[in-house]
Amino acid sequence: MVPLSWYLVLSAILFALGISAFLIKRNIITIFMSIELMLNAVNLSFVAFANHWHKLSGQVFVFFVMVVAAAEAAVGLAIIIAVFRARETLNVDRVNLLKL
Amino acid sequence: MNEPNLHLWIIPLLPLVGATINGLLGRHFKNGMVATVALFFTGASFVHAVWAALQGAHLALPHVEEAGNWIWTSSFQAPFGFYLDQLSTVMMLVVTGVGFLIHLYSVGYMAHEGGFYRFFAYLNLFMFFMLTLVLANNYLLMFVGWEGVGLASYLLIGFFFLKDSAANAGKKAFIVNRIGDFAFLIGMFLLIQNFGSLNFGTIFNKLNESSLWPVETSFGVLSVIALMLMIGATGKSAQVPLYVWLPDAMEGPTPVSALIHAATMVTAGIYMIARSSAIFSRAPHTLLIVAIIGCITAVFAATMGMAQTDIKRVLAYSTVSQLGYMFMACGVAAYSAGIFHLMTHAFFKALLFLGAGSVIHAVGGEQDMRRMGGLRKLIPVTFWVMMIATLAIAGIPPLAGFFSKDEILWQASRLPYGHIIFWIIGLITAGLTSFYMFRLIFMTFFGELRLGQVDEGQEAHKANAPAHAQHDAASQSHGHADDHAHSHGGVHESPWIMLAPLVVLAVLSVVGGWVNIPKALGGNQGFANYLAPAIHTPAEIGGEQPGAREVKEEEGERGTELTFTVLSVVVAFAGLGLAWVLYVKRPELPDRITTSIRGMYVLVKNKYYVDEIYNALLVTPLLAISTYVFWRGVDQGVIDGTVNGLGSASKGIGQGLRHMQSGNIRSYAAWVAAGGAAVIAYMIYLGVR
Repeated sequence: MVPLSWYLVLSAILFALGISAFLIKRNIITIFMSIELMLNAVNLSFVAFANHWHKLSGQVFVFFVMVVAAAEAAVGLAIIIAVFRARETLNVDRVNLLKL
Repeated sequence: MNEPNLHLWIIPLLPLVGATINGLLGRHFKNGMVATVALFFTGASFVHAVWAALQGAHLALPHVEEAGNWIWTSSFQAPFGFYLDQLSTVMMLVVTGVGFLIHLYSVGYMAHEGGFYRFFAYLNLFMFFMLTLVLANNYLLMFVGWEGVGLASYLLIGFFFLKDSAANAGKKAFIVNRIGDFAFLIGMFLLIQNFGSLNFGTIFNKLNESSLWPVETSFGVLSVIALMLMIGATGKSAQVPLYVWLPDAMEGPTPVSALIHAATMVTAGIYMIARSSAIFSRAPHTLLIVAIIGCITAVFAATMGMAQTDIKRVLAYSTVSQLGYMFMACGVAAYSAGIFHLMTHAFFKALLFLGAGSVIHAVGGEQDMRRMGGLRKLIPVTFWVMMIATLAIAGIPPLAGFFSKDEILWQASRLPYGHIIFWIIGLITAGLTSFYMFRLIFMTFFGELRLGQVDEGQEAHKANAPAHAQHDAASQSHGHADDHAHSHGGVHESPWIMLAPLVVLAVLSVVGGWVNIPKALGGNQGFANYLAPAIHTPAEIGGEQPGAREVKEEEGERGTELTFTVLSVVVAFAGLGLAWVLYVKRPELPDRITTSIRGMYVLVKNKYYVDEIYNALLVTPLLAISTYVFWRGVDQGVIDGTVNGLGSASKGIGQGLRHMQSGNIRSYAAWVAAGGAAVIAYMIYLGVR
């Protein structure tokens, strides 16, 4: 039986990786992937707790997160394609038309 | 309470309507239309005043009407109330009557001036405020009128506002008056504190019907109130030490000098003292101060009037001097004599000013008497009315001034609060008055016409020339002197619209005194008896009267009075004779005399350097303090500094915070992450503890 803390440490590591990638990367697709990574890190901690406390609510929550993530991915990727068509770049720092 | 409603509120309101119409729309009117509006509303006001006075004869006076509430709290009330008694009836008739005549005169006098509608709007506005002052039934409403006439006076003195001297004279009048008004306000506060009201009726009833307010033996609260009201009156009525604004006020158009600075506004102080007679009569110490101030002013201003060469300035100092007489009359508790002189003075001094205006008009804007002379044949009507007014003011019987002046002198010598010294100084002043007035007449109307002759006055005139040229350039012809010079050639009589008021005033100056013929001359003192119910003399208050002498009601009194009367007439003729010798028979004599008493002449000619002393002692230090402490120090340093400091501080903070709002998504994310990390750290800290 793997202890709960191991799952949580792994979840924290994955979340930290996601944040670092989100902050460092400029490619919008990579940023998108780092968001997915953070969501899944959270999912991991949810199922770990669900398993630990023998409650179903954690797992139900994970399904909601996955549904929202899927919707987000669909909308987000569509926006990325539209942006790329308009600006011919994937670099977020170049997409700055609204900036003063 | 079945008294008829006289609608007294209409009397002041009519001129206000005229002022509003002319002020707002007058720009688009022709001159005739402006004059019609102004004359109609002033005339209607006069008609209503006469009607109210006739109705008032059948009423129980004082008749009080309240047109509405103004300030209405549980502890203090000030209504828009109007107070009709014998005193306000006299004032109301004088103000509307003389006011209407001067309006009529102004139509002719101002015909060639720029800003015709502006002039009449101001003049009507003045009438509104003056009537409010006169008819108010409480001190607060009176104060509204009091300040309002000050405003109108300021506007009209500075009527030729392109001229620096006129603008400055206006400011001077306003500021000097403000000093007096400040004391008036304090007096009102004290009245509220002690009586809980400012209504005349309430205060006078409380004073008269309770034994709490006897005649004060020491300098008590009533004396302080009276003193404060008196200081207010010295400002408005141009008494020492606040008289300095009146001579400068002659910068205004001549009808303004006649209406505001001779006949009506400057008498407001006298009216206020007479109105407050219930207070003053209980404050003998203050009465003494009033009498002394009046006495000093009368003789002081008369000597200054002797050496003036500007025709209007002579009259200005004469006005100050005559107001001193009225003050003196109030100071010896002969209020009705003061009001009597106020009325006759309104007639003959308005006539003198209007006549002087007619002279100035005739000689093309010249005001220096040294360049007039011999005008008697050229403008006979003006000469004769001026002559009547001069005889009246000099106290030659049987003209108005004789009766009123003689009444004051007689009362000053006789009444308990009077003193023989007041009578002596008054007599000297009467002689001086006669002298300087006949000097004016002889210099202006007798001898040779000296128009255009070069003398020392010419240089002063030249110095003004650039300023005058400016007015012409400004296309609005404000320079009075220029205007008449342009439009008329040669000396000529004024049009009938200017002469008619002069003739009416001349008649009044003759017969005005007959309403109060003294007992010694077989009269019955009708005017004094008429006023008596509205005035509270010390005699009717009774009780112990400190410092008061016994009044000897003896048979021999008639004889004394006659002797005094004859003496004052003799003095008046002495002044006349001296002026005749010096300015008609031996015109070279005045120069010899002035050279022989050079120092004194220069002192008098420069008005005892009072203006210069005030400048050095008050104005200059005040300006310096205002400039360096209040303006540069407090205003610019502290107030502006605080405001600017707050502004630049928030600007700096914003400048710093602006960098957070970078528009860079990753920096925002970093802030979110940092915030999250901080929250987690805090939770861990809580958990560990």
